[in-house]
Amino acid sequence: MSDSPYVSTTNACKLCTPLGASLAFRGIEGAIPFLHGSQGCATYMRRYIISHFREPMDIASSALGEKQAVFGGGPNLKKGILNVMSKYGATVVGVATTCLTETIGDDVPRLLAEFRKEFADLPLPEIVHVSTPSYSGTHMEGWHAAVAALAGQLVTQKAAPERRVNLMPGLVSPSDLRHFKEILADFGVAATVLPDISDSMDRPALLDYEKLPAGGTTLADIRAMSGALGSIECGRAVHVVESAGTNLERRFGVPNLGLGIPIGIRETDAFFAALEKLTGTPTPQKYLDERGRLVDAYVDGHKYVAGKRAIVYGEEDMVIAMVAFLAEIGVKPILAATGSTCKNFKAALAEVTAGLLPEPPEARLGVDFHDISEQAADLAPDLLVGHSKGYSYAKAWNVPLLRVGFPIHDRFGGQRMRHVAYGGTQELFDRLVNTILDRKQEESAVGYGYL
Amino acid sequence: MEQGILAERQDQIHRTGEGPFELACNRDSLAGAVSQRACVFCGSRVVLYPIADALHLVHGPIGCAVYTWDIRGALSSGPELHRLSFSTDLQEKDVIFGGEKKLKAALLELIARYQPKAAFVYATCIVGIIGDDVAAVCRDVTAATGIPVIPVQSEGFKGNKREGYTAACKAMFTLTGTGDVSGISPISVNILGDFNLAGEIWIIRDYFKRMGVEVVANITGDGRVDDIRRANGAALNVVQCSGSTMELAKMMQEKYGIPSLRVSYLGIEDMADSLYAVAEHFKDRDPGIVERTQQVVREELAVLLPQLKQYRKDLEGKKVAIYVGGAFKAFSLIKAFRHLGMQVVLVGSQTGTTEDYAELAAICDPGTVIVDDSNPLELSKFVKELDVDLFVGGVKERPIAHKLGVGFCDHNHERKEALEGFVGMLNFAREVHASATSPIWQFVPRREAMAKAAKGEGI
Repeated sequence: MSDSPYVSTTNACKLCTPLGASLAFRGIEGAIPFLHGSQGCATYMRRYIISHFREPMDIASSALGEKQAVFGGGPNLKKGILNVMSKYGATVVGVATTCLTETIGDDVPRLLAEFRKEFADLPLPEIVHVSTPSYSGTHMEGWHAAVAALAGQLVTQKAAPERRVNLMPGLVSPSDLRHFKEILADFGVAATVLPDISDSMDRPALLDYEKLPAGGTTLADIRAMSGALGSIECGRAVHVVESAGTNLERRFGVPNLGLGIPIGIRETDAFFAALEKLTGTPTPQKYLDERGRLVDAYVDGHKYVAGKRAIVYGEEDMVIAMVAFLAEIGVKPILAATGSTCKNFKAALAEVTAGLLPEPPEARLGVDFHDISEQAADLAPDLLVGHSKGYSYAKAWNVPLLRVGFPIHDRFGGQRMRHVAYGGTQELFDRLVNTILDRKQEESAVGYGYL
Repeated sequence: MEQGILAERQDQIHRTGEGPFELACNRDSLAGAVSQRACVFCGSRVVLYPIADALHLVHGPIGCAVYTWDIRGALSSGPELHRLSFSTDLQEKDVIFGGEKKLKAALLELIARYQPKAAFVYATCIVGIIGDDVAAVCRDVTAATGIPVIPVQSEGFKGNKREGYTAACKAMFTLTGTGDVSGISPISVNILGDFNLAGEIWIIRDYFKRMGVEVVANITGDGRVDDIRRANGAALNVVQCSGSTMELAKMMQEKYGIPSLRVSYLGIEDMADSLYAVAEHFKDRDPGIVERTQQVVREELAVLLPQLKQYRKDLEGKKVAIYVGGAFKAFSLIKAFRHLGMQVVLVGSQTGTTEDYAELAAICDPGTVIVDDSNPLELSKFVKELDVDLFVGGVKERPIAHKLGVGFCDHNHERKEALEGFVGMLNFAREVHASATSPIWQFVPRREAMAKAAKGEGI
């Protein structure tokens, strides 16, 4: 249930479900996200995602018109899939529904079964479908539902057991994902990162335009998930009835460890502990050194940030992770707000702040920026922590904004921003301290050269 | 058949000089073709959005509102209500039981909070399916609040952006004729089809002021509800971006007998011609206006032309691709590029009409590719094949250019540089120059390979 006292929404603090699904499908090798709905949805989401990543983001659409809305979108769906097969050579098509097709009652699984039968003579791509009505949940439900659909529909058999770890990283930056993959490689295990937008949404300059960006989780790696030592699923908020990790645990007995997004020392310690537990390998010295440097930085920087009052907002997994981090460096999270209505948000905030704060920060679910701003007047924050959409409020209140997560539309390099593990936290902490020093310098008439 | 183009799209592409001009357009986008188009709602939203003292409430699930939150650089000299994003954020239960109650409550709540001069209620896809009577709710709320609450029938799937423009024009038309028109000069205009991106309408208004022309209503850049209510008191409608607001001009001509002129404020000739056409229209009533207009143009050119020269010398001979929303803008851009010595080799739009494309074909050089409702794979193919140096488009086209090592000029609604007027031509030249002549292109693999090949070193 929403904590907002208002019927209307003003400057929403969430995006719609199909956006999350589209972005997740982009993290599969050879895949094209495909929205079953009207043309506008795909175009709007492309624009929104491109503005963050500054990469091509093709999302196909069944482009339903008035006629199809009345008589059903099946023919357009089938034709659209044939067109993306021939034009993009897609090996995976990730079909997500929209409010339009959910409401007119298109039975997508049935339509896809018909499609596979009708065109059985063609080399067909894998088609994964997920139900993402935009009137239900947020982009994070869409993301996690798409990840669950990928695992649920593409992993069909028990694979040969091997030293492999499955990592469902949540919606983190390409740079974060590269860091995760480096860690997994250093543990000496094979890894399936599902999904993996580290390459596909942060491509190098190349000789030619790629129809589909290279990179992404391979089908072989996805199929191998059922033979893995275990899965680690990042993100403490509960979004879907059955997540990818719990699905694999139920069907194939692959142990699933649900953790927070590893930001800050405590959450990252838990992440490395989970890796040690699954692999039996001790954490490589490299990361112990990174941890040591991070603790040293915490010590050197603690007075700059001590007692600062922060409002944290955005998507629920990221908010919980940021609160975990802020609480352990002595920043006071005074409000944790999200547009989502996920049920365990408050409990998760209590868990990550236990032993650090006398009581968890005030948490508000299902709120928008108008709700947050009404409360902010009394809260007198020193700092905002969240994505770009809080900027106009930070400006109005004359407090700095530490930009984290997605989307970053008003700064450069959002796709390369690191948050996770000791290394990412180190960068985040440096940015936070410098944000505060920057403000201090700006506001001081003295013009201190040493801070 | 062109390689790499879907069979059903072949007739939406034409090369000038190759046979008689024919181009299929104004069709529904092809499923799976990854069109750059948006939807009906998008068309309505972009046209009405800059009306700064109105409440713009999107009736639907959250996406439609959140992806259009403050996306345009449409500036206001006063209220900024348009920069907020309002939604009824329909949930599953609303879809099942209907959203009318929620819409009414949301309207009453927001009108009480912001005291807007009017409210526009945008119907999205789902509203068309669940059958909410948006017009009835609007009538109720008008009665309860005393402000115009206007339904915009912009269900996304009921066509493309064009139908959205029509819905927006119909919505605005209901406002006209409801204000006091006394005291309006006989030498007066409404500015239609300018959205005050980066303050552009202020540049144009300044020219009109120097000519002695009163501007009654900005439609819609830096727009105000009360101005639109008395727009029927103006003597002339000057209509830019004719795709989006020409229909409003037509409706006003029919009902109020106000004539209209098609204008463009982009580039040198079109800007000057537009001002002269307005002067021509009023010269019987105000004989001095022609000379005042010449004076404006002379003063502006004296500043502009010497500065343009320095850019032209570096840009001479470079090749340009244009892909924009409406075809009308492309005419002006082609002429503007000629001033910079650049050659347009590809021109396309999302929503051009047969007449637009025929006119484009007539002014383009032979061999120019003209394309309707294109997509990333086609555009990337043409950019390579035609050896383009600079691409003009919007956010969705930018990565296509950049990935191919091609300069880019953002000429879409999100631009933060004023490109209209004489000063805009200079900004345009500066932006084009900055991108096309950057030293970074030499490092982009495709450019590097081309440079090596040109030197005979092979790849």
